[in-house]
Amino acid sequence: MSNSDFEPKIVGFCCNWCSYRGADMAGTARVKSAPNVRIVRVMCSGRVDPVFVLKAFQQGADGVLILGCHPGDCHYVEGNYKTARRIPLLKKMLEQLGIEDERVRLDWVSAAEGARFASIVNEMTAKVKELGPFRANGGG
Amino acid sequence: MPKLKMALYWAASCGGCDVAVLDINEKILDLAELADIVLWPIAMDFKYHHIEAMDDGSIDVCLFNGSVRNTEQEKIAKLLRQKSKVMVAFGSCACFGGIPALANFFNRDLAFERAYVEAPTNANTERVFPQTSTQVEEGELELPEFYDTVSALDQVVAVEYYMPGCPPPVDLILKVVDALATSSLPPPGSVIALEKTLCDECPRTKEEKKITKIYRPHEIIPEPEKCLLEQGLICMGPATRGGCGARCIEANMPCRGCFGPPAGVHDQGAKMLSALASIYDVKDEAEIARMVDEVKDPAGTFYRFGMSTSMMKRKRI
Ligand code: SF4
Ligand code: SF4
Ligand code: SF4
Ligand code: FES
Repeated sequence: MSNSDFEPKIVGFCCNWCSYRGADMAGTARVKSAPNVRIVRVMCSGRVDPVFVLKAFQQGADGVLILGCHPGDCHYVEGNYKTARRIPLLKKMLEQLGIEDERVRLDWVSAAEGARFASIVNEMTAKVKELGPFRANGGG
Repeated sequence: MPKLKMALYWAASCGGCDVAVLDINEKILDLAELADIVLWPIAMDFKYHHIEAMDDGSIDVCLFNGSVRNTEQEKIAKLLRQKSKVMVAFGSCACFGGIPALANFFNRDLAFERAYVEAPTNANTERVFPQTSTQVEEGELELPEFYDTVSALDQVVAVEYYMPGCPPPVDLILKVVDALATSSLPPPGSVIALEKTLCDECPRTKEEKKITKIYRPHEIIPEPEKCLLEQGLICMGPATRGGCGARCIEANMPCRGCFGPPAGVHDQGAKMLSALASIYDVKDEAEIARMVDEVKDPAGTFYRFGMSTSMMKRKRI
C-alpha cells in the first residue's frame, strides 16, 4: 500500500470542557477537517492514563492525539499540568519502544477554537500518513 | 504421605534463582524429605529423556526459572508442562521476562551483532554467527534457534503459580515448600506475594512531598527514614507488588521493580510513569523538558524486569 492511499486511524482524547467543545465548534462551523480522528471524550486531559495511549496502539491505532484546555484553564485546575508532564515523558519512553514521536501529540484547544482544532487534526493526519501504518504486532 | 516428585529447571536465567533454592539452607533437608527431585540441571545429572519417559502429570510440581528465548527452552517448558501437575513461574524472568527481556529492545540480528562482532573480546572479522545446523566430518551438529523476542513462561505454557523476585526471597520459597507439604496451596493463578504495592509495606515516612529534581542513586546518600521517591530517587515502589519485605529499601536503595506490577495494574511502566509525573512539581515547558531529560532511560528503568509482559512486549524495529 503506498502511503497516499493509507488512511490512518487516530484516536483523539478530548477533554469535556474545552477541547471536545472545540471539536464540536469545528463541526457546527463546518470547518473542514480530516475524518481520521476518532474522538474519545474524557472529563479532563488529566484522565488520560498512559495505559490508554498504549492500549490505543495495541489495538491498531496509528496515532494518538490528546487535547486539553490551555494551561491555566483546566476545569479541574491542575489536570492539564499533570498531562503536560506525563505525555512528554511518555513520548520519550515510546520512542525507546519504536513508536515515533509524531505518532503522539499533546495540544491545547479551547471551546472557541474550532479552526485550531481542525488545523491540529489536519496536521496530525498528514504527519501520520507520512509515517505509514503502525505495526501493532510487528517488529523483530 | 508418598513423597512428592519435583522438577527444577532453568531456561534463559542467570543461575541466581537456583542459588536462591539452595539459600534455604538447612531447610533444603526438609525439601529433600518432602520431595524426590527428578530434574535439576544445576545440581543433578538427570537427562531430558528421563523426563520424556515419565507419565503425563506424574511430576507434582515444577519450579521453572528463566524466560524463554530459544527453541530448546520452549520445548522443555512444554515437556515439563505436560509432565507436571503444578507449574510455578519461579523468579522475575519466568514471571515477566526479567533482565533477559531487556533484549526485547533489540532483535536476534542486533543481539548477535553485539555478542559475536562488536563486543571488545571478539576477533570475528569473518562474521561467524551460530547456526542451527552445522556439517562437520562426524555428521550434523545442531543448536537451538534463537528468537527475536524473549517471552515469559505463561506466554508459552499455562502456569499455576507465580513467584516473583530477582531472585524470590527465601521466606516466600519456604512458604511454598510449606504449602506443598501441607497440601494448602492457594487457588491457581495466585501470585505468591502481596496484592498491594511495595509502598504499602514500606516502613519509610511519606509526606506527600513534591520533587523538582531527580537524582540517580550514585548522586546522593538518601536519608534513611524518608520515602526515597520524595527524596528524588526513582523508586519503583508505587508500581511494584509488595512481598519482598522491602529488601532494597532496607539497604537504602530504591526499588527496581523486580516483583512486577501489583494486582490490577496492567502495565508497570505506565503506572510508574504516571506516579513520577504526579510527584514532579513543575509547570513551565522548559522545566518539564528538564524533567524529561533527568529520566535518562524511562523504558529501561520502568520495564527493567517486565518487558515481556508489558503491553508493548517489545520494541518495534
Ligand atoms: S529472576 Fe533474577 S535471579 Fe532469577 S534467573 Fe532471573 S535474573 Fe537470575
Ligand atoms: S516510593 Fe519507595 S521509599 Fe517511598 S514509600 Fe514507596 S517503596 Fe517506600
Ligand atoms: S525492593 Fe523492589 S527491587 Fe528490591 S527486592 Fe523488593 S521488589 Fe525487588
Ligand atoms: S478539563 Fe480540560 S484539561 Fe482538564
